[in-house]
Amino acid sequence: MIQLNRQSTLRQRGGTALRWLIYLAPALLLYTAFMAFPLFDSVRLSFFKSGSFLSKDFVGFDNYINALRFWSAFGNTWYFFFIHMVVQNILGILFAVLLMEKGLKGTGIYRTIIFIPATLAVLVTGYLWKLILNPQWGALAILLNKLGLTQFSLPWLGDARYALTTVSLVSAWQWVGMPTMMFLAGLQNISDDMYEAADIAGATKLQTFWYITLPLLRPVIGIVTILTFVGNFNAFDVVFAMENVNGAPLYSTDIMGTLFYRVGIAGQHPVSIPDPGMGAAIATTTFLILALGSALVLRLTSESIEKQARI
Amino acid sequence: MKLRPKKAHFFTHGVLSVWTILVLFPLWTMIVNSFKQKYDIYRDPFGLPHVWNFQSYLSVLQDSDFILFFRNSLFVTIGSILAVLLFGALAAYALANWRDRASRWIYAFFVAGMMLPIKIGSIRLLQMVKALGLINTIYSLFPVYIAMGLPIAVFVLTEFIREIPYELTEAAVIDGAGRFKIFHAIIIHLLRPALATVAIFNLVPFWNDLWFPLIFINSDKHKTLLLGVTRLFGQYQTDWSKILAVLTLAAVPVILLYLSMSKQFIKGLTAGAVKG
Repeated sequence: MIQLNRQSTLRQRGGTALRWLIYLAPALLLYTAFMAFPLFDSVRLSFFKSGSFLSKDFVGFDNYINALRFWSAFGNTWYFFFIHMVVQNILGILFAVLLMEKGLKGTGIYRTIIFIPATLAVLVTGYLWKLILNPQWGALAILLNKLGLTQFSLPWLGDARYALTTVSLVSAWQWVGMPTMMFLAGLQNISDDMYEAADIAGATKLQTFWYITLPLLRPVIGIVTILTFVGNFNAFDVVFAMENVNGAPLYSTDIMGTLFYRVGIAGQHPVSIPDPGMGAAIATTTFLILALGSALVLRLTSESIEKQARI
Repeated sequence: MKLRPKKAHFFTHGVLSVWTILVLFPLWTMIVNSFKQKYDIYRDPFGLPHVWNFQSYLSVLQDSDFILFFRNSLFVTIGSILAVLLFGALAAYALANWRDRASRWIYAFFVAGMMLPIKIGSIRLLQMVKALGLINTIYSLFPVYIAMGLPIAVFVLTEFIREIPYELTEAAVIDGAGRFKIFHAIIIHLLRPALATVAIFNLVPFWNDLWFPLIFINSDKHKTLLLGVTRLFGQYQTDWSKILAVLTLAAVPVILLYLSMSKQFIKGLTAGAVKG
């Protein structure tokens, strides 16, 4: 009788390692060369003068110190992130809870519509809202004038006081669908027994939400936070489309993504010569912020992360 | 027994309808105005066109490089996705079957890439693309997109292959089929739903990417759709119906694809997030 099992056929050890490596080679090579290597080599690059690796061009932390001049972009990115967090978590949880209501008609249609903006290119969204918000001919201005609300017909993108908030809200408008779907998936995992028990105990709707739903959604809030965090600290397209790479007006919408582009790739006004060393320093700073921030959020929000990391 | 009155969900419908209007209003103005005469847009920006004007579309499609940009995007997106699926499936096949400490490390190495934004390495990537002579060509995008798509592919496909019951491959093993035979005769077919998830997950980011075309490509012949849209947006600055036609043409293919398979889209686009 032939004894066939995994060990003797497919899953042998030793000499077969080399053969499995042939299957792994294309993916491993491309991923290492075009993702892992440039990510980590950027860190090295950040300690050298304008993109060279000669030892005489080693400058220590100079690039980082010089990049500190652009402190405002850093602050603006946090504000951009803050608006996203408020809008996405509140609306995301609200929509998800509403969509879970028993006997509600049209949930499929609402779900489809809520997610539409997330499939659009950020550039298209940005351009479209830029046209709508145009203070003279934009649809919003015309609508407000018709309703007699001319006092709200302001240059939302042209005034340094409102520009960053406006851009952040447009970006949040686009991405709300993502957290909504994640919260919805999270809610579907909460068992009905919990709610029945709360119902029997005479809990009000608000109490049920506060003491049962919200704590159980904590891991999802954590994931949404990390995704928003990573997305926002790398955002570029929305400012590029609605303002420009300088973060107009008066650098008020300048965020890490646009700063990185200007300094490292296009070159700063007025010299227009890119400084790859300083660009790499900005990228490395972003990288560190993301790594530290994500680790912190994971610790704060999740007990189920261990389960997921095990996979 | 107490009869509960049927809930009308007034509040719920109210909130969701307001958001529906907020989502659809910009898209509605974009589409209807792209069919209007230049000055009708200012007079009545919200209603359907009194006279349907297809001129904007015709001139965008005929006089600009729009179709060329569209073709370039299609080429890069489909090519990169196919490569991600092929290389990802091969790697996942190895990682699922080769049980060893080394393979666990390689798996973790791939999965770590799901959280890392490749944009951070852009400066080094730009130097590499220049050194390889790919700068200013559409081919510069392939290696970057493939590298970007592999982590999620390896993650989803490895999990999937691990769950394929051994019985399904047993017969082939008894027949003396080799590893590769089992892979292409059996595994690939069973893998289809997972391949679809991976394809959708990568489709939107590849198609909608502006960053890498912007920093790699300057030549009009090699521009992708979105990079082309930035040029046309500047070119048609004063002619809103043409700008809106460009935006509509850029947005509608993905929206239609999404509407035709919204369940898979939502699942695909949130897959990495929920599982990662």
